[in-house]
Amino acid sequence: MTTAMMGEPIARREDPRLLSGKGRFLDDLGRYALGVAFVRSPHAHARVVDIDVTGALEVQGLVAIYTYDDLAGPLAEPLPLLIPHPALTHGRTPYALAKDEVNHVGEAVVMVVASDRYAAEDVCDRIRVTYEVLTAVVGIEAAREAAHLVHDDVPGNLAAHMVQEVGDARAAIDAAPHVLELDLDVERSASTPLEGKGVYARWDADDASLRVYTSTQASTSVRAALAAKLDLPPDRVEVVAPDVGGGFGVKIVHPWPEEVLVSWAAITLGREVKWVEDRREHFVSSAHERGQLHHVRVGFDDDGRLLGLDVTFWHDNGSYTPYGIIVPIVTATQLLGPYKPGAYRVEFSSLYTNTVLVTPYRGAGRPQGCFAMERTMDAIAAELGLDRAEVRERNFIRPEEMPYDHGLLFQDGRPLIYDSGDYPASMEKLKKLVGWDAFESYRAEAREQGRRVGIGLACYVEGTGVGPYEGGWVKVENDGSVVVATGLTTQGQGHQTAFAQIAADVLGVPLDRVTVTTGDTRRFRYAVGTFASRALVMSGNAIAAAARTVREKALRIAGEALEADARDLEIVDGVVRVRGVPTSSIQLSTVAVLSNPLRYAFDAESARATQFATPADPDKPPVAEGEEPGLEATGYYSPPRATFANGMHAAIVETDPDTAEIRILRYCVVHDCGTLVNPRIVEGQVHGGVAQGVGGALYERMVYDSAGQLLNASFMDFLMPYSTEVPTIETDHLETPSPLNPLGVKGAGEAGVIPGMAVFASAISDAEGFPITRMPISPSDLFHLRATHPEGAS
Amino acid sequence: MTDLHDVALTVNGVPRSARVPARRLLSDFLRHDLGLTGTHVGCEHGVCGACTVLIDGRPVRSCLLFAVSVAGATITTVEGCCEPDGSLGPVQQAFWDCHGLQCGFCTPGFVTTVTAYLDENPDPTQDEAREAIAGNLCRCTGYQNIVASVLRAAELRREVRA
Repeated sequence: MTTAMMGEPIARREDPRLLSGKGRFLDDLGRYALGVAFVRSPHAHARVVDIDVTGALEVQGLVAIYTYDDLAGPLAEPLPLLIPHPALTHGRTPYALAKDEVNHVGEAVVMVVASDRYAAEDVCDRIRVTYEVLTAVVGIEAAREAAHLVHDDVPGNLAAHMVQEVGDARAAIDAAPHVLELDLDVERSASTPLEGKGVYARWDADDASLRVYTSTQASTSVRAALAAKLDLPPDRVEVVAPDVGGGFGVKIVHPWPEEVLVSWAAITLGREVKWVEDRREHFVSSAHERGQLHHVRVGFDDDGRLLGLDVTFWHDNGSYTPYGIIVPIVTATQLLGPYKPGAYRVEFSSLYTNTVLVTPYRGAGRPQGCFAMERTMDAIAAELGLDRAEVRERNFIRPEEMPYDHGLLFQDGRPLIYDSGDYPASMEKLKKLVGWDAFESYRAEAREQGRRVGIGLACYVEGTGVGPYEGGWVKVENDGSVVVATGLTTQGQGHQTAFAQIAADVLGVPLDRVTVTTGDTRRFRYAVGTFASRALVMSGNAIAAAARTVREKALRIAGEALEADARDLEIVDGVVRVRGVPTSSIQLSTVAVLSNPLRYAFDAESARATQFATPADPDKPPVAEGEEPGLEATGYYSPPRATFANGMHAAIVETDPDTAEIRILRYCVVHDCGTLVNPRIVEGQVHGGVAQGVGGALYERMVYDSAGQLLNASFMDFLMPYSTEVPTIETDHLETPSPLNPLGVKGAGEAGVIPGMAVFASAISDAEGFPITRMPISPSDLFHLRATHPEGAS
Repeated sequence: MTDLHDVALTVNGVPRSARVPARRLLSDFLRHDLGLTGTHVGCEHGVCGACTVLIDGRPVRSCLLFAVSVAGATITTVEGCCEPDGSLGPVQQAFWDCHGLQCGFCTPGFVTTVTAYLDENPDPTQDEAREAIAGNLCRCTGYQNIVASVLRAAELRREVRA
């Protein structure tokens, strides 16, 4: 490698376009497309008795009204269950348009296509749907009680039940000198990207092909799903993720009803059709997460070392399970964090409720698991009168114990084996960064001034970069520029910079000669998607592999041209040269020309590759056997299993003795995601994650009433943090490379959010003198908790 | 039959007009009728700030205004925050320098808001910079780099003036 770009905090190459209003987000496309709106259920649970459209037929601009009865073939079947699992015995998915029954407020019942969205909403207003209202099941307690059912054919509202056990946890706990039991609850929240979902489809009847733009995290899989649902050959379907205005998990689900319906309407009508989700629709008809109740039983010795851990939890999966049971599986496995649990048993029940369906939201079950585990650590420390950091350190997996096999199955169906990490070193850094050991004097000082402060910490381990695979394609063009494509999508992670850094580094070309395309099935055909902090690990390594192949080929061709041994060559700034002999060199662009033997010239450069231009061995074919023309290659990366990043956060909070207002005084992060490709981007990912952690801990909750109405379905009432709610974040990094992939990288996308609830619960408990067991916590919650905990600080 | 109205105004220094219904939101007017898609719509209820444009130099939520109600106004969108040659203006440059954006969807509203803010407060402190952007939502960045961008933009504008 000759141009060191790996590890450099290079400014993002996508930014000038996005900053000057030249982004291409979904609603920036298809200016003349027809508009779509949906009549959505106002009831959480009801039978659809009648749909009367007569009052809507005269509305100006109306093009079409569709109900379930208009759907046929695969389109009339339920949408796919994306990730089947043996424990998911009662998986249920919705129909594209409700058939007979609706199971949450916001479920699509009627689709309207009109001249624009305004007209489509006019039509929706005049369609009368008659419902027979059924009792709604709202909240985990009601689902568990099962006095009423969400789906008639799902007894106990139980979608899935799963147990994993290593050793005999219950016996170990019974035999332990100390035992604690804790109930720990987390409420619902959601990804809430600033851009909602959206779909724009156009059908070319002459070509019999469909092009769909969708604001998704998985365009390649959307393509497969659309082909199946619409009965089209996959090679007649192109799916493009344009600029995507944030995802955070919610856009990994597919196909959404709107994705199949808009595409189908474009074909049926022979017109361009577009649907853009509004904010209220996003709240009531996309996806939520986080809602879980946990019961922890833990046994430990006099030093606070875990002997046995027995966790039972109940997961609210909402009305349907298109994404399977990934979230509770992640909780069950990632709850363990950096600790050795002794014997471990985990059992979960995934329950239906008449609420918006649940899919991964950044962290994907880890924030809940981290909350459960870290609250348990604090409880052990309190029980034994030990320092909270000390208890954690005593339970850490040591660096010399890596790779560490937990004996469990992870979310990718592979063994839960941590590949690397140095948890004691991370803890040392964190304690130093936040001033852990000096805090008691600060607390005393604050107390003198009548102020109440607390410090908390939380640790996590995050399995990142799950398979099955991603691919990358790299090509050197005749002008020496390099084009790169990978199938996974981008929604703010800076892939056009980080992936370009990787390719430029391997190929020895200036960064500004590299362009990267993501999430476009026209450019790369095989992909999985952008989720689970996997993009850099998967596509980064795939692109590196492809670039290495291109490099080898370039050196070979250059070696022939320079009459030098390829092993003596290097590529510097786009020039292939003999090491130590700067005069003996050839432009990489020329190598690209020579790699593609031509009959016809189209410019001076290409003329060099034509048949009379260069002497050639008359006994050999112009393209040797086993070779392909062109300086390009495709590479794949498929990991044996996930690679495990880790981090530790600490927060100092101040709680108002009168109003119970919670103020964040400091927030410190130590983060280890292996080798850093672009530290600036990683830091940005951490910042954004922390902000969502702050939201999840102190502000954001989905408030359903008992009838299943979402009471705060707007940005007025769902309290996403503004700049004034997010503290300045102090960060420090550790780089423990992953031994599993050539770049040594681990994922960083979700890390920042994971310990948020745990660290604030720890800090607020510390300030208040009683345990915090339910998140999020508002000033009002804290105020009421004080009344029930007279033992707390005063 | 919906009545249509001719709405003429000046956008980024250019006279523009379109014939639209009275209920056309200014945000939709800019995006759909004039094709200026840099202005984004994040909530359509005036909370997120992504649709912020400048009317006669003052920031407003274009999703809360009807186009007909601002006929004749002078409007600046994110496209108009560029230099005349199309290169990045100081606020945009500052966001680039400081990694003040990730997905870029909320960014146009921040750029216009910060532009107007610095016109009135050319030399903000860190706390003032944070307060200046406290009416706009961003889900990606955690705001820290946006605060830095505000300070950097102030610095760049001072350099230009000096």
